[in-house]
Amino acid sequence: MTLLEVDGLTVEFPTRRGLLRALDQVSFSIGAGEVLGVVGESGAGKSLTGAAIIGLLEPPGRIAGGQIRLDGRRIDTPTREQLRPIRGRQIGAIFQDPLTTLNPLYSIGRQLVETIQTHLQLSDRDARARAVRWLEEVGIPAARQRIGAYPHEFSGGMRQRVVIALALCAEPRLLIADEPTTALDVSVQAQIIALLKRLTRDHGTAVMLVTHDMGVIAEAADRVAVMYAGRIAEIGPVRAVVQQPAHPYTQGLMDSIPSLQHRVGRLRQIDGAMPRLTAIPAGCAFSPRCPKVFHRCRVERPDLFDAGDTRAACWLYDA
Amino acid sequence: MFAFIISRLLQAIPVLLVVGFIAYAMFAFVGDPVTIMLGQDTTEAQRAALVHQLGLDQPFLVQYAHFMWAALHGQFGISYRLARPVSDLIFERLPATVELSLTAAVLALLVGVPMGVYTAIRRDGLLARAFMIFSLVGVSLPTFLIGILLILVFAVLLGWLPSFGRGEVVRFSHWSTGFLTISGWRSLVLPAITLGLFQMTLIMRLVRAEMLEVLRSDYIKFARARGLPERAINFGHALKNTLVPVITIVGLQIGGLLAFSIVTETVFQWPGIGLLLVQSIGVADIPVMSAYLLLVALLFVGINLIVDLLYYAVDPRLRVDRRALTGTR
Repeated sequence: MTLLEVDGLTVEFPTRRGLLRALDQVSFSIGAGEVLGVVGESGAGKSLTGAAIIGLLEPPGRIAGGQIRLDGRRIDTPTREQLRPIRGRQIGAIFQDPLTTLNPLYSIGRQLVETIQTHLQLSDRDARARAVRWLEEVGIPAARQRIGAYPHEFSGGMRQRVVIALALCAEPRLLIADEPTTALDVSVQAQIIALLKRLTRDHGTAVMLVTHDMGVIAEAADRVAVMYAGRIAEIGPVRAVVQQPAHPYTQGLMDSIPSLQHRVGRLRQIDGAMPRLTAIPAGCAFSPRCPKVFHRCRVERPDLFDAGDTRAACWLYDA
Repeated sequence: MFAFIISRLLQAIPVLLVVGFIAYAMFAFVGDPVTIMLGQDTTEAQRAALVHQLGLDQPFLVQYAHFMWAALHGQFGISYRLARPVSDLIFERLPATVELSLTAAVLALLVGVPMGVYTAIRRDGLLARAFMIFSLVGVSLPTFLIGILLILVFAVLLGWLPSFGRGEVVRFSHWSTGFLTISGWRSLVLPAITLGLFQMTLIMRLVRAEMLEVLRSDYIKFARARGLPERAINFGHALKNTLVPVITIVGLQIGGLLAFSIVTETVFQWPGIGLLLVQSIGVADIPVMSAYLLLVALLFVGINLIVDLLYYAVDPRLRVDRRALTGTR
């Protein structure tokens, strides 16, 4: 069953030097309880997609086209205040840096209770009990004693657990996790990913997991979308994308991950850099760097075509 | 906490000694009080007798030591001009200054903070822009000019409010208050606005700048993502985070209001300590000037202590050391 549908989403930033198109015709869907990984380089539009879905695009950025539907209901048009009951209740969000996402002046208990009471009609006592239960669930030891503690009294990993509790305490059906482990120690990263996996499975929460870490994707995601220059390059089941990538960009991305099994003299890399948003080439955005480029790629933009088990935006797969 | 307060008070002692020393040293050069006090036809012998009587023939350091020792006992000497104890003079006039300054401070806070929040939230709104232009006027116009303009408009042209003095006051033993009479309030309006306008606009611009900074922060974004109401975000989460720098500035400004309401008091002939100081400077009344400066120093020490205590109340990160020491949570 489809929970979230993103259809032809286009996000633009008006600037003095003209309109910047940061997202261009992005379409995908997430089923109930499904984990969709979104990967890509910095600036590919991963986080922006998440921000657009939750209605928190930083002005002057705006949705210039396309639709976002949650349960078939459009959520891309309402104003900020109309979207408010959806945020936190239907769609939760986690951001990258747990050190800065908690308000330093309020105890974590207060922040939890405030969030819970915003969305659920609960008395102070019940809300507090629920807050303690969520802290226990995300693995804060001695939750009952720690509920009055302030963010600075927790380590980075513990704070990210609190952030997860805050994002999930009203039991949203979709969680947008924007680089949830990037700012953490490697040893803590695995714990947080395992925690996210367990919680979202237990509560049936769908996840859009934004990251540039293929390891995290392979570990946690059901399907994966690869983004490049504001467009989706390839989307499909995680196994197929990792093992038999169809799009030349995805192939390059996978090749550049060092492996312990195969000794290679030198890490492979994709030549060149992602184009700036002001200078996206006509046709396929990847064409200047693509090893398999041919004439059509430079003049015409490819749609997503079926390519084995995945779908890839590449003329190689035009049937 | 108690130890902290005690240590801060101990630190205040050298501050006061140094302020007293500098003040006393400067006043040796503001003019010769003896010449001003005596008539033209006094003899050299009478003059010498007065100099001796005032202790001005003694070495400077001895004079300073005498002054500080007496000050320690609450004795600030006798005013040269009015021939009355300085402490009486100051305490007589202190209520007028305190009431004026506090009214100005409350006015500045009650108007400045909401205006700052508003201009930060509706950054591009028409009203917000109007506030910003108005604040530019408040920050840049000198106090005496604002006072004179207000007098011109509201006292002279419109005749709505009195242009000088405190109006009727009610006395409670040592304190005289203008808060209890209508003429007292009417007299307070113009001076309080004059004195508070600069602080109001300063607070507004400060709150606005801090709010804009905080509204960009990750925890505000996260609060929005959790669907908290805008009101709770702006006034609960954002405003509280702007308070620490605002408290610092506001504390110093209130000290400044109390200590340096001189210009406003002069323009409105407000019978406070600022006016007393101006009159005393004119005749080199050294005891009054010294006592005044000591009082100001004491005031700032006290206000800074309060500001530090407020930090503790606002920001839990500062409380952590104390907690670790006492082992409570």
